[in-house]
Amino acid sequence: MSQELYNRPASELSQMLARGEVSAVELMKSVAERTRQVEPRVHAFNSMDEADALAQAAASDQRRARAKATGSAVPALEGIPIGIKDVISVAGQPLTASSRMLENFVSPYDATVTGKLKAAGAICWGRLNLDEFAMGSSTENSAFGVTSNPWDLTRVPGGSSGGSAAAVAAGEAIASLGSDTGGSIRQPAALCNIVGLKPSYGRVSRYGLIAFASSLDQIGPFARSVEDAATVLEAISGHDPKDSTSLKLEVPHYARGMAELVKSGRKWKLGIPKEYFGEGLDPEVEASVQAAIGEYKKLGCEIHEVSLPHTKYAVGAYYIIATAECSSNLARFDGVRYGHRSKDAKDALDLYFKSRAEGFGPEVKRRIILGTYVLSSGYYDAYYLRAQKVRTLIRRDFLEAYKQVDAIVTPTSPTPAFKKGEKAANPLAMYLNDIYTIGVNLAGLPGISIPCGFTSSGLPIGLQIIGQPFRETELLAVARAYEERNTWRMQFPKL
Amino acid sequence: MPKPEDFNLDHVANLARINLTEEEKARFASQLGDVLTYIAQLNEVNVEGVEPTAHAFPVVNVWAEDVPEAGLSVEDALRNAPEKRDNMFVVPKVVE
Repeated sequence: MSQELYNRPASELSQMLARGEVSAVELMKSVAERTRQVEPRVHAFNSMDEADALAQAAASDQRRARAKATGSAVPALEGIPIGIKDVISVAGQPLTASSRMLENFVSPYDATVTGKLKAAGAICWGRLNLDEFAMGSSTENSAFGVTSNPWDLTRVPGGSSGGSAAAVAAGEAIASLGSDTGGSIRQPAALCNIVGLKPSYGRVSRYGLIAFASSLDQIGPFARSVEDAATVLEAISGHDPKDSTSLKLEVPHYARGMAELVKSGRKWKLGIPKEYFGEGLDPEVEASVQAAIGEYKKLGCEIHEVSLPHTKYAVGAYYIIATAECSSNLARFDGVRYGHRSKDAKDALDLYFKSRAEGFGPEVKRRIILGTYVLSSGYYDAYYLRAQKVRTLIRRDFLEAYKQVDAIVTPTSPTPAFKKGEKAANPLAMYLNDIYTIGVNLAGLPGISIPCGFTSSGLPIGLQIIGQPFRETELLAVARAYEERNTWRMQFPKL
Repeated sequence: MPKPEDFNLDHVANLARINLTEEEKARFASQLGDVLTYIAQLNEVNVEGVEPTAHAFPVVNVWAEDVPEAGLSVEDALRNAPEKRDNMFVVPKVVE
């Protein structure tokens, strides 16, 4: 099964495309055929446009032929089908955020990352399912149906980028883009046995990403290998005048830099935060993560226990800050210029109340209400301002640890994939699932989840590695050093 | 920090411009009550003298050259409008 085109990593497919062993059209057809087969069970996509994808693939083959004729360079992702989370704009394609509010919305322009992927030769393939407006950890909050975990269809793929993770795991895309506000790339990657990377805040432009919590959101790749994640990251990174929070920093050659660091055999100093190995951590997850740490020891890495003392406050601070920002960002959905408009509004004010009541699902409403409350007169200082101060302390914890270590190693998620419906009625239990990923967003750090084993019942387990700000090359190298010692990523779900 | 029971759902839903059904009100009040109770643990943290963080890497004074460039066409800007007429968005009457 791993011999099928749709299950191969982008690095390998790029070589096959370069050698002329396969065309971009053949590759796209393989992915589309696979998608048709498994999609009724997985439901990773909100929509797809196969004709458009095949036209992009044909154009890619032509570009490659021209480049060959003129001896010019072929970009890194030429001909590779990459799925896009349905919260990132692709001109002329639907953009729903998995919400009734945007059920009929069509993007008038490309997000910056979409333009960059196209410039790198990628084929933008499909609109991938998510928790409505990226709010959730299971993809159950989608207005258009739940995505299934390809490893166990009765379980969730994680979220909010569950469709992006499930599509790559199931062979319905070679790589994909997601967005990560509190773990929405890393947690589903962990639950689906793939690689997921959240870049440092400001590394990747957010222009054309539907905003959830603007000081935390960051777009990043899902992939079948650390190298593929590096290649996609390189393609989408960089300063963008259209996102004033994107930083003017040079974009390194991530894949090459990572490979050089791995080859040099550098002995990393790795921190293990004791607060991430306490109550609530599934014993099988812990055993796999400890085994991975053992591999690092065998590589000669120094392992240090570190402390991130404010970890227990991260979820609380996050749900104040993220909901505050979401209540502000989602105020734009008023039924006037785009989005759902109630049919029976009496006047303008009534139009807002009814359009928003009809267009938003329950979790989005809950978060808008919580966010409105923590920002409201008389409560701002007690909730929002205090949470921002706690955010400072959480960030300081990490920076303090980095005086001692190069990177921090933790579980990505306290448990493997849970059953559909298991946490749906209990928002707090769902929020607590993000306990290991949220601090990274509050501190603006880069983080990656890579496969590190399976439970006895065959559910994937993820290892999270947290890097220093804008040191993605080192982060990728630490991840790759472990990845090349195991074959977890070469196992595929039976579908 | 205020007490979770200070939370007035009707007032906040009004500020957020969202109509809630009775069933939603009952469910949200209980769920958000749990969340607010959980969040109250932030009170344990000593934040005296700590500066708030709004952005992990704050950038200030981002300037752009004042150069006009093409934006969306009127047609593109109105493409997703729920109701439009004569190149304008149609809204319910706001003044009598």
